[in-house]
Amino acid sequence: MSRKLPALTQDSRSFWQGGAKGQLLIHFCTQCQRYFHPPGPICPTCGNDGVGPKAVSGRGTIATFTINHQQWNPNLKVPYIVAMIELEEQLGLRLVSNITGTAPSDIRIGQSVQVRFEAIEDVWIPLFEVRQDV
Amino acid sequence: MFDRILEKDVAISGIGMSEVGRPSPLSAMKLTTDACLQAIADAGLSKDDIDGVACWPGDNNNGDAFSPVGPNALISTLGLKVNWFGGGYEGPGPLAGIINGAMAIAAGFCNHVLVFRTITESTKRQTDKTASALNNKTIGRDTSFFWQWYTPFDVMSAINLAAMYAQRHMFEYGTKEEQLAQIALTCRANAQVNPNAVFRTPLSMDEYMSSRMISSPLRLFDCDVHCDASTAIILSRSDLAKDGPNQPIRIEAIGSALHQPWSWDQINLTGMAAIDAAKMMWARTDYKPSDVGNAQLYDGFSIFTLIWLEALGLCPPGEAGNFIEGGQRIARDGELPINTNGGQLSGGRTHGLGYVHEACTQLWGRAGERQINPHQVAVAASGGGPLAGSLLLVKD
Repeated sequence: MSRKLPALTQDSRSFWQGGAKGQLLIHFCTQCQRYFHPPGPICPTCGNDGVGPKAVSGRGTIATFTINHQQWNPNLKVPYIVAMIELEEQLGLRLVSNITGTAPSDIRIGQSVQVRFEAIEDVWIPLFEVRQDV
Repeated sequence: MFDRILEKDVAISGIGMSEVGRPSPLSAMKLTTDACLQAIADAGLSKDDIDGVACWPGDNNNGDAFSPVGPNALISTLGLKVNWFGGGYEGPGPLAGIINGAMAIAAGFCNHVLVFRTITESTKRQTDKTASALNNKTIGRDTSFFWQWYTPFDVMSAINLAAMYAQRHMFEYGTKEEQLAQIALTCRANAQVNPNAVFRTPLSMDEYMSSRMISSPLRLFDCDVHCDASTAIILSRSDLAKDGPNQPIRIEAIGSALHQPWSWDQINLTGMAAIDAAKMMWARTDYKPSDVGNAQLYDGFSIFTLIWLEALGLCPPGEAGNFIEGGQRIARDGELPINTNGGQLSGGRTHGLGYVHEACTQLWGRAGERQINPHQVAVAASGGGPLAGSLLLVKD
């Protein structure tokens, strides 16, 4: 893989570096008690600025996925799985990520997944694996 | 919900389109002036009558192939004197130029707005096959507000996101690949009778089903085809449009709403922003989906057409797969002809304004061999994911 890395900002740094401590950090509003993503300085639901990163379980389900077959650049190993993960903490709270460790033909919507991290430079990319314990 | 609906005072008075090349030997600006001068003449106007220019997205990325010409360059090249002009990527998708231009007329800034869209992705791909890959959009680290959440996961094209909507649609509603295929097959059948279309050879279900998987469940033929082209639409004050050679096509209602985050993953996965735009559009008119005689629905990827069919109420939610099965309903002689010029899947990725151009061509009865039965109401809709805009067009 030749992952493009994100530029880190005051708002996004927690998400991309939480993996250093094994944590998936999602922004949370202390007033309306809701998570939101992507992170920002203010709660998009209630407008409160009492927001900040909060560790979630890292568990979720596959809301949808695709198996990418196209070789978009020479460094890319295909096929690979891109998925939207719905985190178990909140309905509709989703991340785009990759599923690793499972053959593309075995991926299904609704499967339970668990986060793991891949460190590249100063970024900890949150990837997901299908849980074997459920 | 809305008590000032001023787009009804705006009409389409003329249309123009350059050659659709794959690639074209003409410069981006030559394609643009070809389309624009054709549209101005079609409206019975001269360039001195044009007092506004609108474009989506305009020259927003250093004149790249996605949008090599913006309003600034066109105004200078044609020597226009305008009261208002504007472009820019951020808005309700590829119809944003029409929507903004209509607002400029409704607000009294302009009498006649030239709306255009030029694209030269075919020429670009002659030298760089990965030109449209998302990881090439920024140099170094991804600073985009939205792509940075996708490119680290090797989401290299919008097809990866569109494919996930398609997978979800199949999961929730039982939509089948053979049903989705009908978008591509219908577009190809229509392109065969459009002399300006890019792909005009027959396409069979077998060829579709055996075509290369790009990002499951979307195949090669679910992707629109790059081209070099420019499209232009003239918007006029309704009272002035009456003096022109064409029967005015009224902008009956606009849908431009976004009531969800600007995101590909935090929005409704089977409705996208299309549900917001469509709801707004129908709230601004007494017409109903059953009045629509031709529907030109965004097919940057085939799944988007399916989602627009449902979002616009042209079929019940979740029923688009069944609605298009076999292709009869959406054929030129069916109850709801769609993408009658071949869409972007076979006609060419003119990217947005091609749908408006074709809606008008059909309303005016100018479509030649591909002309459908006479009708008065058309819908044009464009965009996928968080981009969505729609127009209800009426020829009285």
